[in-house]
Amino acid sequence: MSHLPVLQVIIPLLSAPIVVLLGRRWAWPVTSLVGLVTAGISLALLSLALSGDPMLYAMGGWTAPVGIVYRVDVLSGLLLTIIGVVGAVVLVFARQSVAHEISEDRQHLFYAVMLLCISGLMGICITADVFNVFVFLEISSLSAYALIAMGRSPRALTAAYRYLIMGTIGGTFVLLGIGLLYMMTGTLNMDDLASRIPAVADTSTVRAAFAFMTVGALIKLAVVPLHFWLPNAYTYAPSVVSAFLSATATKVSFYVLVRITFMLFGVSLLAQTLYMSKVLLPLSLIAIVGGSLVAVFQTDVKRLLAYSSLAQIGYFVLGLALHNVTALTGSLIHLFNHAMMKGGLFMVLGCVVYRLGGASLDQMKGLGRRMPITAFAFVIGGLGLIGVPLTAGFVSKWYLIVGAFEMGQWWVAGVILFSSLIAVAYIWRVVEVMYFSEPVESEICEAPLGLLIPTYTMIIASIIFGIWTAPMLHVASSAAEMLFGGMR
Amino acid sequence: MSLLVPIALPLIAAVCVFGIGGLLGERWRNLRDGLHTVLAVVTFFCVTRLYVGVTQGNSFDVSVIEVLPDLPIAFSVEPLGMLFALVASGLWIVTSVYAYGYMRGHDEQHQTRFFTWFAVAISAAIGVAFSANLMTLFVFYEVLTLSTYPMVTHHQTDEARKAGRIYLGILLFTSVCFLLSAIVWTWHISGTLDFTPGGILAGKIEDTQVPILLALFAFGAGKAALMPFHRWLPNAMVAPTPVSALLHAVAVVKAGVFTILKVVVYVFGLDLLTTTGANGWLMAVAGATLLISSAIALTLDNLKARLAYSTISQLSYIVLGAAMATASGVVGGAMHIAMHAMGKITLFFCAGAIYVGAHKKLVSELDGIATKMPWTMAAFTVGSVSIIGLPPLGGAWGKWFLGLGSIEAQAPMYVAVLMVSSLLSVGYLMPIVARAYFRPLPDDDHSHEAPLLCVVPLCATALGCLVLFVLGDEIYQLILPIVKGAG
Repeated sequence: MSHLPVLQVIIPLLSAPIVVLLGRRWAWPVTSLVGLVTAGISLALLSLALSGDPMLYAMGGWTAPVGIVYRVDVLSGLLLTIIGVVGAVVLVFARQSVAHEISEDRQHLFYAVMLLCISGLMGICITADVFNVFVFLEISSLSAYALIAMGRSPRALTAAYRYLIMGTIGGTFVLLGIGLLYMMTGTLNMDDLASRIPAVADTSTVRAAFAFMTVGALIKLAVVPLHFWLPNAYTYAPSVVSAFLSATATKVSFYVLVRITFMLFGVSLLAQTLYMSKVLLPLSLIAIVGGSLVAVFQTDVKRLLAYSSLAQIGYFVLGLALHNVTALTGSLIHLFNHAMMKGGLFMVLGCVVYRLGGASLDQMKGLGRRMPITAFAFVIGGLGLIGVPLTAGFVSKWYLIVGAFEMGQWWVAGVILFSSLIAVAYIWRVVEVMYFSEPVESEICEAPLGLLIPTYTMIIASIIFGIWTAPMLHVASSAAEMLFGGMR
Repeated sequence: MSLLVPIALPLIAAVCVFGIGGLLGERWRNLRDGLHTVLAVVTFFCVTRLYVGVTQGNSFDVSVIEVLPDLPIAFSVEPLGMLFALVASGLWIVTSVYAYGYMRGHDEQHQTRFFTWFAVAISAAIGVAFSANLMTLFVFYEVLTLSTYPMVTHHQTDEARKAGRIYLGILLFTSVCFLLSAIVWTWHISGTLDFTPGGILAGKIEDTQVPILLALFAFGAGKAALMPFHRWLPNAMVAPTPVSALLHAVAVVKAGVFTILKVVVYVFGLDLLTTTGANGWLMAVAGATLLISSAIALTLDNLKARLAYSTISQLSYIVLGAAMATASGVVGGAMHIAMHAMGKITLFFCAGAIYVGAHKKLVSELDGIATKMPWTMAAFTVGSVSIIGLPPLGGAWGKWFLGLGSIEAQAPMYVAVLMVSSLLSVGYLMPIVARAYFRPLPDDDHSHEAPLLCVVPLCATALGCLVLFVLGDEIYQLILPIVKGAG
């Protein structure tokens, strides 16, 4: 049990080369088995983190200042669970979808890179060493570029290239910030940094470090106006990759942002409050409204969902910018809920692509008749995105709105509600096409069960966690309280 | 647990209908529809059992699950909800019978889908009726919106798609932007959303904020069709007539006015509204809606559209009663829920029957139709008189108490408004009757009486208008406890 933190990262990391060696036939079974094991470990870690103090794990027995320490608290537990569970479901989904979208000689490489990406993302969330964060950030980013580039369309390459440029800039910024911090404090351990930064907080070097690290994280998070890599990347990536990255990658970047804001710098920076209210709040609101508005006018449903993701990223950041426990709880629970909903919706599109070869509005005409089960899944997932009560989306929005009220920012609550209506507009555009347009061909071609079962697992989970909210609320609110407790 | 039964039974009906229709196909439609009706009857029976229990002084409460901390999905029975549930479940039976006649008479497609969503909508309406807090009410309110959408757009034509957009657009816009923010605001101020006799806001809210919050609630309940958020209702008339009858004359619109009544009585409390004078503007808006929509109804030739504007006008009677915030006003509003439901459903049934029997949609085509459709037009006459509000029909009671209420509220001007509106309703309903009875029938007319399954329900509801007049005191006694002690 005590080695679980390191197993969490090392199992997918080491399985990756094994999968390459095993070759095509065994790639999928091994990968999905690893996915399930990783998900199990992440759940175990979450329950351990919930039951007591943060769990520390010294790599190779070398303790903090010398060696690298892994640290599992509720917040990292939450993120690990999201990555683990979504990863497992997506990998199960992958078999038929990948067989259809990726050429046979590259499939085992695909699975290997997928495992690398999982282990990179997990590593970011689990390590307590800032340089280690950078290393894992690069592992996950490089594998993500490769995954996106495997899309069938030639534009996948340019999309991946653009992401590569932006991601590298972001990564470099983070590294610069880390360097500056190391220069000022002489440590890379997060806990040590937190205790040493206050003494030197009032220097331009630390302020510069703060600026570099937050901007770096904001690029990786794709907050408007640093979002340009995201829509193309999600649109042209293979369906499996869109589902996985939309559900996990941005969440992990948000985690990095939260760690930087709360753990490293805490209240020690005066600029902190300024940056919250004058930078993050307006940016998040622009993202929420702008992302949703642009989504309304998309003709490719994958791209539509990508822009919707930009808006949802706005919600995460908004909860951080409002700066109280309620709103941050909303933000953290939205990480989980959005992973379920958006992951599920991209998987629905995976089913559509599997049968129809693409997911443009034209191709989805009359889908309600041709693929009734798939189309219905889209409706349910869409209702969640809108935030209809009894879906997971409602819970997060409720907390964000109450949080805005607590800060006396009525108009922010108004913006949140208004953006839900724009969500109605873009979801209903798809619904109308699916149910009111005549299909191009009329024969029924429902997706195979191997795709439908994982898809429905996610979609139904988004309903279940909209009704049975207690467990995730407990996790999110303890994480939020821990973060604010750390600040006092 | 008995409180959950009437909410669960329509859902079970939905599952059965979907199962039978989906697995066995259209050939088994008698089984499907029969089961639907049986479950409707059982639901109504359960609701009446609850009613008997309530009159004996029992209280029913049940909490299902805490969706958010301290915000459970919970149900309880109080007089207003009891009345609404009785109306919705009772009229479900007749409407289901009528719908078989109508849908079959018309060879409508997708009947299974239609009846499935129909039952879901009824479950939502009863859920609204029995909600113990604003959260639960909001949940079922939205379920009602979404479950009626497939019925409004039943024909899947471009016209239906447009109407569906307006329907969903207005109802979701008002409920999300206004109602939900009002709910969050209430939660923020008072820390509870439970419906409590006497209100939960007194002493916690500043006087200047009361009118704003009331506005958010009143316009947020967009189903009440207060102007300027009324356009969804005439648009929803593209739906098959049974939908217009049960949902857009009874369940959906009444869920809106019911929400307003409930909020006035159990969230604000009558005293808070009268002492702060926050209700004045709502009375004015309701009064204006009432007159304007009656006037519009006068100009319309399409029978269903005319009835739709009449509905908007009649809904504002109920909002007006709530806005008066006096004992008689609330009683009048509550009674009008039942009275108008019975009268208007009769009129819509008749409009549908005329469409099935004579394929006529316009008022100007109805010359002499009474000779061909005697039963339908007799029922239409009874329904019209009830809507106008003349004894011995149910509609008289609602208007009587509303008149009393406006005097209690020291706003006698609204008595005049009620009178004028009654005159207007004579103006838009009686010419139809006169035309049907006294104009000669055109020679080339091939109309005939609608099928039995249509005619029997509409005669039953016409009879119901008479019965409600006799039951006036019964309803009065049911509602009275909620306004005891209020001015």
